[in-house]
Amino acid sequence: MTDESVKSDPVPNRGGVVRRFDASGPVLMLFSGILVLLIVLPLIWLILFAFASKDGGFTIANFVTIFGDPAFQEPLVTTLIIAVSVGLICSIVAAPMGWLVARSDMPGRGVVRTLVTASFVTPPFLGAIAWELLAAPNSGLLNQAWRGLTGAQPDQHLLNIYTLPGVIFVIVCYTFPYVFVLVANALDRVPGELEDASSMLGARSWTTARRITIPMALPAILAGMLIAFLQAMNLFGSPAILAIPAGFHTMTTKIWTLFQFPPKLELAAAAAVPLLVLTVVLLRAQAQVLGRRSYAVLGGKYGAPRPVPLGAFRWLAFALCMALLMLPVFLPYGALFNAAFSKFPSKILTWETLSMQNVHFTFFELSQTWHVMKNTFLLGALSATLGTVMALVISYLAIRKAVRGHQMLGFLATAPIAIPGIVLGVGLFLAYTRPWISVGGIDIPPIVLYGTLWILLIAYVTIELPAAYQQLSSSLQAVHVELEEASRILGATRLKALRQITAPLLLSGVIATWCFIFVAVVRELSAAAILFTSDTKVLSVLIFDLKESGDLGAIAVLGLTMLVVTTIVIAGANLIPGTRHGMGQRRDG
Amino acid sequence: MTKRDPSRRALIKSAGGLATTLAFPARVLSQAPAAEAITPALIEAAKKEGKVNFYTAMEINIAQQFSKAFEAKFPGIAVKVERSGSERVFSRIAQEYASKITNVDIVNTTDAAHAYAWKKQGWLAPYVPADAATDFDALYKDKDGQFAVVRIVFVAIAYNTQLVKPEDAPKGFKDLLKPIWVAKLVKAHPSYSGAIMTSTFAMARDLGWSYFEALAKQKIMQVQSAVDPPKKVAFGERAAMADGADYITILEKEKGAPIELVYPVEGAPIINSPNAVFKAAPNPNAARLFQNWFCTPEGQEKLVAISGQYVPHRKVRSKPGRPQLKDIKIMRDDPEALLKVADEIKAKYASIFKV
Repeated sequence: MTDESVKSDPVPNRGGVVRRFDASGPVLMLFSGILVLLIVLPLIWLILFAFASKDGGFTIANFVTIFGDPAFQEPLVTTLIIAVSVGLICSIVAAPMGWLVARSDMPGRGVVRTLVTASFVTPPFLGAIAWELLAAPNSGLLNQAWRGLTGAQPDQHLLNIYTLPGVIFVIVCYTFPYVFVLVANALDRVPGELEDASSMLGARSWTTARRITIPMALPAILAGMLIAFLQAMNLFGSPAILAIPAGFHTMTTKIWTLFQFPPKLELAAAAAVPLLVLTVVLLRAQAQVLGRRSYAVLGGKYGAPRPVPLGAFRWLAFALCMALLMLPVFLPYGALFNAAFSKFPSKILTWETLSMQNVHFTFFELSQTWHVMKNTFLLGALSATLGTVMALVISYLAIRKAVRGHQMLGFLATAPIAIPGIVLGVGLFLAYTRPWISVGGIDIPPIVLYGTLWILLIAYVTIELPAAYQQLSSSLQAVHVELEEASRILGATRLKALRQITAPLLLSGVIATWCFIFVAVVRELSAAAILFTSDTKVLSVLIFDLKESGDLGAIAVLGLTMLVVTTIVIAGANLIPGTRHGMGQRRDG
Repeated sequence: MTKRDPSRRALIKSAGGLATTLAFPARVLSQAPAAEAITPALIEAAKKEGKVNFYTAMEINIAQQFSKAFEAKFPGIAVKVERSGSERVFSRIAQEYASKITNVDIVNTTDAAHAYAWKKQGWLAPYVPADAATDFDALYKDKDGQFAVVRIVFVAIAYNTQLVKPEDAPKGFKDLLKPIWVAKLVKAHPSYSGAIMTSTFAMARDLGWSYFEALAKQKIMQVQSAVDPPKKVAFGERAAMADGADYITILEKEKGAPIELVYPVEGAPIINSPNAVFKAAPNPNAARLFQNWFCTPEGQEKLVAISGQYVPHRKVRSKPGRPQLKDIKIMRDDPEALLKVADEIKAKYASIFKV
């Protein structure tokens, strides 16, 4: 490759487009091939199965069942109610918080950002289990406290987490960071001059907010609302933990039950299709809305936005933020800590009830713990490394327009965002467990990856690729191509320019992306719940197993361990000089 | 796959009905093999394998304690416990076998129908431990020596003594249909738990599906495992359990929880829980050693001591303080009949309880 790039003209043409080098064809083929294999193959199998009858013929009967049978209609409606509510509530809560952190002089803005990140890192299923400990109608710690304070009867309760509003609440707790991050980042970029201009022209604060700030933030709020909607729609863990005890299903939990014996894979595939279609349609809609509404705030040099003085409300705003953050962070982690070290998960820890029994059981008796931890963190590190490398190469090829057809690479790398985790799980299961097939008279040997860590690696890399690609391509855009070109004019080869100029400037983005994928993989449940085998179990699945038999103490210990290891890994990665922790759009189950 | 089947029809079919894909040709054995004792040769061979993959539905603390006892007895053999509900274990094995993953060595299920299903598929290795031959009643063992019942559980009712007045304490399943139990009950799921599958079959037969239809109106809390309802009642999340494992209830009570076990007047559904060694076990000797030790007085006593479950071994007494097995009014099981209707039961249950 070095030889080829020397041979090719090192001087770029005037449009800033680096001339393609000879390897472009094979490079494009290779990466398109990998992406197609990752994304298209499972989807083809999903669609094939969705239209297949039990004996292999073509049928639309599966869809008739999905849309006609109340056993599927009800989960579909429930899912939509949950998704719409979560989208709206997240926006109402997170947009003002994002504004406070980005544009006001509220004290403790860094603390608020950190705590939002903490709720972001919390696996939604773990949050749901923690909220069972807090707000189960009878044994929930908050209900006990309430009864203690008011003298209410034992069968009365203040909160009941096993309800539709309970499910919505818990999903909001771990979904609002998406809206927060988008809004805060968008407002970070709005130049203060616009607001200054508005107030100089005599507008009051409220008018400025209405005419300038809110319209500026609106695309981000809409995008955030949409992401929250999709997250809620495609989430598996929280509803599995809270909705089933309450006696209702969502689409994801319903799909998952179809995998139980006797497995109804055709129905599972068909049930996954509405989720897939809705996700694709909404993402298209978002692209259109954003395409029209995005304001050009780039170009020219602006001063840093001046914080809006809140005056007497500064501390009130901070107190309000902290009160809200009690819900996703302090209370749940308090409850998990309590359950981990207490003999009785539903009683407040005292010196008498303090016990290391759960810790001992988890690490020295439970035979799966170490194996599962090894699987989880190995997969986390491998997926993060592989995902980062792929995203880096693809974003380099796409942003620097280094190969023909680079737009397609960018599109393919973003496409998995439209595939919900559980749908991808179903698709991969169908793609990599199949026996021999014959297509047009040619026998295709089976690719059996089910039962290996590879299938999970593929799932994780595919799921996290869009976020990784988005992060790295924006980092790469920030490193202006002129720097590389200068290096190459001075005689460096393309690779040398990459190594000496681009790589050091990209380092922080690369590490942030690596951490991001690592965290996301460790907490992923929905694809893993479909794809695991006894030998390839991961932590999220083990926690889910333990949940089904009610072993809350061990769950609390494993959950806290997961958090500690994740924190150590992120802190370690951020010790590398010149890095900062970043987060962007992501998805999870 | 040794046999290639290139038709797409067969592909969909085999992937769709995972269990119908037979990995191994079924073989009918009419006779149980000769009983085998634990020999030094077996121990030696098992130690060479070094581990055994034990799929079970037993409560995880109990399963781990029992495994630790085995590991202490035979150092160098690690027991890897894969614990889930029996119906899940059954799905798991079917899914794994359909993908040629032969990870399971020995299984313990609370849905005895599974043992018949595996036997029918020819997946089980005939193996008769010496104690099973001499000290287990015929009803506790397969006539062809492919599996043996190693523990006996009852599905029972329990209530929280702090939340339920003594005069309101339920005596039978039908008491739970009274209005005072609305939103007060917790119940396990037959698509997860083999014990609950077995009891649902027996109760639907003896009490009728109308019982479950009425129970569904009581706003029950639906959990999965039969070992979970006693825990939920013990810490007061619900006042009573509509079904759940008797031995966990006793263990919770021994730990000081305010919980009382009730064997229902209609009869307590009996769960005969068999062990079976798989023919394609990756650790065949360790599996046989584990199975054999499970049936010895030592293994059986250990199980009684740590869990209070009943065991089939004639020479092993039940845990002091628990009623004699013969004194419990039993609602009988029928695994071979259950095998034929298990899928119907799952569907029917899902339509009644919505989950």
